[in-house]
Parts: sequence; structure tokens; C-alpha cells
Amino acid sequence: MRALDYLRPESPAAAVAALVSNPNAKYLGGGTNLVDHLKLGIVSPDELVDISRLPLDDIQEYDDGGGPGLRVGANVRNSDLAAHPVVRSSFPLVARALLSGASGQIRNQATTAGNLLQRTRCVYFQDATTPCNKRVPGSGCSAREGYGRYNAILGASDACVATHPSDLAVALAALDATVVLLGPDGERRLPLAELHRLPGDLPNLDTTLGRSELITGIEIPFSPVAALSTYRKVRDRASYAFALVSVAAAVHLEHGAVRDVRIAWGGVAHKPWRAERAERALVGQQLEPDVIGAAVEEELENAASGDENAYKVTLVRNTTVHTLLQLAEGHR
Amino acid sequence: MDSQITLSVNGTSRSLTVDSRTTLLDALRERLGVTEVKKGCDHGQCGSCTVLLDGRRELACLALAVARDGVEVVTADGLAHDGLHAVQQAFLDHDGYQCGYCTPGQVCSAVGMLEEVKDGHPSHVTTDLEADVELTDDEVRERMSGNLCRCGAYAGILAAVRQAAGA
Repeated sequence: MRALDYLRPESPAAAVAALVSNPNAKYLGGGTNLVDHLKLGIVSPDELVDISRLPLDDIQEYDDGGGPGLRVGANVRNSDLAAHPVVRSSFPLVARALLSGASGQIRNQATTAGNLLQRTRCVYFQDATTPCNKRVPGSGCSAREGYGRYNAILGASDACVATHPSDLAVALAALDATVVLLGPDGERRLPLAELHRLPGDLPNLDTTLGRSELITGIEIPFSPVAALSTYRKVRDRASYAFALVSVAAAVHLEHGAVRDVRIAWGGVAHKPWRAERAERALVGQQLEPDVIGAAVEEELENAASGDENAYKVTLVRNTTVHTLLQLAEGHR
Repeated sequence: MDSQITLSVNGTSRSLTVDSRTTLLDALRERLGVTEVKKGCDHGQCGSCTVLLDGRRELACLALAVARDGVEVVTADGLAHDGLHAVQQAFLDHDGYQCGYCTPGQVCSAVGMLEEVKDGHPSHVTTDLEADVELTDDEVRERMSGNLCRCGAYAGILAAVRQAAGA
């Protein structure tokens, strides 16, 4: 591991200034992903700017011009967010997504912002001895011709077939959450759906954030659809594993017909995949297996897979059908 | 870069100078001789290095020592006061180990987990997110899934945690 300077800034603005002044510095939050990457040689900053003690650990309801919601500080621990009474009652898919990720210990360490910014678990990205365009731009993609079982089926590029690993991001994408950012020019708000990006020719960039921008919190709007929501994660073992595919779903039914529906997928793309085509196809419909299946198949029209990850197309279709049927029966 | 830090380790204040790259796990084991905290995978995958930090279970291998300056560390050794902790005794009673390497982490994890249950934290297998937690076998398995046992003593671990929980 490269020698590291360590800075504990007094304020979020001081943290941003530290990253502006040193292009080789990185923010350190809970550390569960970054410390591992330092050991593996995946990243090699020369300075860590420790934001973990900044006062960004509140969970508060707000009600401003854009409507009411829940504001969650960047440093709120994953376990605390999942256990928060308002999250459990108003945003069950957020609680379920968090609880399906990592282990009890890691959820106690990992932060809200860090969860969103964790990096892919593509086996080649994590193995510094292999070519990987995300780790070393221009070096090639080992996953395309290598072990392909985890590869993306939507929105991948020649350069990268990695998937985004966060469960929380998938749930928040379904809820139209907003990310609050602090940069050198002040604060701005970004729809969570625009935080992560597809790989294109620049898979080294996971997000659209400026290099020194700091996530200070997220805002989740209250909505009738969020109350009947859940998160279903399919993986190789029952616990403590990343998703093969996952489905965040929420539905608002009126007289048995879909008034509003949200579907987002994990494990299928370089970003949380909001299935908007499927959503549009379902509005006004009864939630029947064939109807949901047809809507999902529209969304999957452009899915591309190889021999080893073709199962994901079927799996995400069937998991979505099952999850929405369960919600229609009131199971969240 | 070196930094001076102070840790409370099982109630004793310990000051030391650490390089920024030093994990809390290495600081405890290599610098302070606190060897009951075990290094298994060193990548946050096995749970052997689980300790209680300010009362909550965390992985020492994924924490940088400099970032945890001032923290209260409790290890498996530090749990015993006037005899074994109820969780430690339960692991003895139910053979919740074979080689014993993962045991300090298992014990700390169980202690932290039982506190989370007391605080009403739900888990992945909790059916009703808003109801009180009922600590079933499935709940214990899910909540302890961050601690691997290479010997496969899971049946004994499950029984031990159930006993310690008063189930």
C-alpha cells in the first residue's frame, strides 16, 4: 500500500477544499470498500480525507416546496437507516434493500453515501493482476471473454460489462430519491437516477460526480406508492452475498388496477436500472402474471447476454413477476 | 504519515503511534499484543476480527486505526467479568467451535447482535418490519451470517446463541 497522508477536516466545506487542493486525495467514510481496495492495490490515493466524523448523521423529515420527505445524512450507518421507524413504515423497500446487503458488522460500519459509491464486485476489477478498463483505462476487459456469470445484460459497452453492487441505490432509484452534493461552487441536488452512469467508453467513471464533490445526504420523497414496496434479491447463497439480480418494486393499486408502479433492477447493469418501459406498460392494468411478464419483456427488449449470463434475463423477468404479485397480495 | 492515537482496549487506555495505513486489526494484534482478535481473510469476508467498537460489532480489518482514534474497543477477552460472559459460557456448553480460531469473532458478533435484537433492529428474514423481533433459528442464522466457521460448528453456535438469548 502506498504511503498515505491523513486529514480529518473540520467541516464539509473543508473536506471539499482538501480534495480540490490534492487531486490524489480520496474521501474516507466507513471504509468498508475503500480500505479493502487500498489493500488490493485497486486504488492508490496519497491522502485520505476522513469525513466520517463530520456531522452528517441525522435522519430528519422535511417538508419544503417540493413536498415532504425524509432527509438522510451521508454518514448514517446502513444498520441505523434500516432500523429507523419511518424507513420501516414508509419505505420498506429501503429497509429490505439495506438488510439484504453485507453482514451485521459491515452494516454497522458502512455509510449511506458510501453504500451508493461502492464499486463493482466484478472479479476482474478486484484482481489487480488482470486487465480491466474500469481499473486501468485502455487495458481491456477480462470479463467479456472470461468468467461471465455476473456480467451485465443491459446497457453494457465493449469496454465494460460490470454491474453496480449497491442494493440501496436500486431501492432509491425506484423512489425518485435525490442526492445532495457539496462542491467547490456550493450545494446542488441531483436525481439519484442520474448519479450512476452507463460505462460507454469511460468505465473508469462510476458516477457523474465532480472529482471533489461530496455527498452530504439523500432525500427520499414520501409517496403513496412507497408504502407498499419491497426488495427481492436473488443470490448464490441465502445471506451475505451480492445480487445475481435484484428487484425493487412498489405499487399503488386502486380498485385492483395499477395507479402507480415503480420497478428498479440491480445486478443487471452498470447502474441501478429503472424499468420505466415496464412501469408505463403496467399503469391501469391488473397485476396478473402474463400482464407483468409482457411488460417486463418490453423492458428487456434490448437485453444482451452471453452463454454464462443468459440466465439473468429469465431470472429478472420471473423475479419481477413474483415480487409484484406478492405486493398485490400485501406482502412487503 | 504517522499519527498519535489513543484506544481504550477492554477498559485500559493505550496510546501508540501508527502509520496511516495500519488497520485497527494490525494495531491491536501487532502493536498492542491483543491477539484474541483474529485475522482470517483480512478483507471483510469472514468475521474473525469482529470486535465491539463503542458497543457495536464491527470488523477491525476494514477500519484504519488512525480513523478510530479514541474508540472504545471490547474484544472477546474483555467480555468476561467475574466469570465468563453468558455468550462465552453458552459456546462452551454447546461446543460452539472446533478449532476455535473464529470463536472470539463469533462471540463478539453474538454479543453485538443480541444488543441489536434488544434495540428492535429487523433483519433480512424478519417478516414484519414493524413488529417486535422474535429470535428464531432463521433469525440467528441470518444475523450471524457474517461470521464463517471453517470447521462447520454452526449447529453448536446456533444452540449457543439461542441459550445466551434466553430462548
